[in-house]
Amino acid sequence: MSIIKFLNDFTTENLLEAKSSRRQIFGTLGSLGKKAALAAVPFGLATMPSRTYAQDSSGDPVAALQLALTLEYLEDEFYATVIDCNVLPTGRPETVYRQIAQHERAHVEFLIAGLTAAGVEPVAKPTFDFTVGGMFDPFNQTGIGKDVAYAQALALAQAFEDTGVRAYKGQAVNLQGSPFLTAALQIHSVEARHASEIRRLRGLKGWITNNERGEGMPEATQAVYNGEENVSQGGLDVTSLGSGSPFSMEASTEAYDEPISGADAVAIASLFIVA
Amino acid sequence: MKKNVVKVLQPKEIRSNQRRQFIKMGGLAIVGSGLILACDPDSGTMRGEAPGEDPDGDGIFDLGEGDLGVLNYAYALEQLEADFYTKVVNSFYSGISDVERTVLTDLYNHEVNHREFFKAAITAAVSGDTDLVLPTLEFDYGDLDFGSRDMILNTAKALEDTGVVAYNGAGYLLTNPTYLLLAGKIVSVEARHASAIRSLLNPNSADFAGDDVVTVDNGLDGALAPSEVLAAVTALGYIKTQFTAKFLP
Repeated sequence: MSIIKFLNDFTTENLLEAKSSRRQIFGTLGSLGKKAALAAVPFGLATMPSRTYAQDSSGDPVAALQLALTLEYLEDEFYATVIDCNVLPTGRPETVYRQIAQHERAHVEFLIAGLTAAGVEPVAKPTFDFTVGGMFDPFNQTGIGKDVAYAQALALAQAFEDTGVRAYKGQAVNLQGSPFLTAALQIHSVEARHASEIRRLRGLKGWITNNERGEGMPEATQAVYNGEENVSQGGLDVTSLGSGSPFSMEASTEAYDEPISGADAVAIASLFIVA
Repeated sequence: MKKNVVKVLQPKEIRSNQRRQFIKMGGLAIVGSGLILACDPDSGTMRGEAPGEDPDGDGIFDLGEGDLGVLNYAYALEQLEADFYTKVVNSFYSGISDVERTVLTDLYNHEVNHREFFKAAITAAVSGDTDLVLPTLEFDYGDLDFGSRDMILNTAKALEDTGVVAYNGAGYLLTNPTYLLLAGKIVSVEARHASAIRSLLNPNSADFAGDDVVTVDNGLDGALAPSEVLAAVTALGYIKTQFTAKFLP
């Protein structure tokens, strides 16, 4: 089966209607408020003052790096497990995942080394559940089949990479004036390269149009894309800067990636964290 | 090669007229809050003392220092990208695939939007004093064959990768958090572009985030100082309008 046909089948509706009880579970998780999401992070982060997640109020570079490390742990374990579970078609998908996996592992080690060198204890690695309580089976652990598992692994990768781009961007201001800013920017652009390739592997454009999560993405991933429809940049409505296709809503939203707050990033990551 | 030198000094009367016109764009003022002070906090008069425009009277525009310098620097790079893709989409190489056409058209749209954004944002930041805004640059691509897929995609790759290292290397120079965030919003799109172009050039490979741009040991993309980026861009020979960056590292 071609991946495109397969992805067409992998819609929220198809996936979830077969498992309506699970839809309820996922809906519950997806609607977690910020407080609940923080409470669901059991590995030390949640015991920090909640302000450490607020992009606009903290300016705390250590909290920004701990959040980054948490997201990198998540990506690292995800890609490593996908590769280990042998759900990837050989050729381009395997090559792409291996390259990304190598980077995410390097990011984990880089951040741990940086935090340690700064005299800060890095957060411990959480226990992840990438099935979200049985909702997904990206590693083909329950025999959903390699094709379906691969499609889910692609959808999750897209959500993780697009989230990573937004989360690093949201933390840049908290790192401003610290020696970590440039390094964080250097990770940020790598996540964006990853996101673009994963999206293209799924048959999408490499950039985000409006707040569209893209064909085949589960509805529960919409939180990753909310806010991407913004066209106000530095007080300027960029759709009004000229006429023609460069100033359409589509182009004007694609041309700028939007940040998310630390709290929103944690809420998304928490869906996959059990302990 | 002969370079066109832009004369940025203009009669005073015209300057003040222009300033009045731009001040009317009152809604844009948010962009510039704090910037003027950042330019030259100790100077009672901006003109003639702060860098930006033509500090040494040689008729060659200087990008300026601090946040203004970085914004003008980004504007120069976006002008180049936008101009290049405008030419690309106006005469696509023959045999272009649908996917390539879509990608290059999107890149044209995004880069033109970025260019116009910087023009408007910088103009607002300097309260309409267009002497401080990088002029419209002129370009000449010499022998670059716009009919060659290989040359176009490789040039696009170079421009997008350059955009990434340029923004990554300039972020720390920004003092205004609004500008840092804006740079962040744009650099990740440049990285998405670079990845897509690299994927078009070598579709079944790891080149989208290849070992030639992402350091294997730490997984970091590049970051270069403005002087390094401008030297590389100047070496391409495409920018015909001279400008200097005496106040950027």
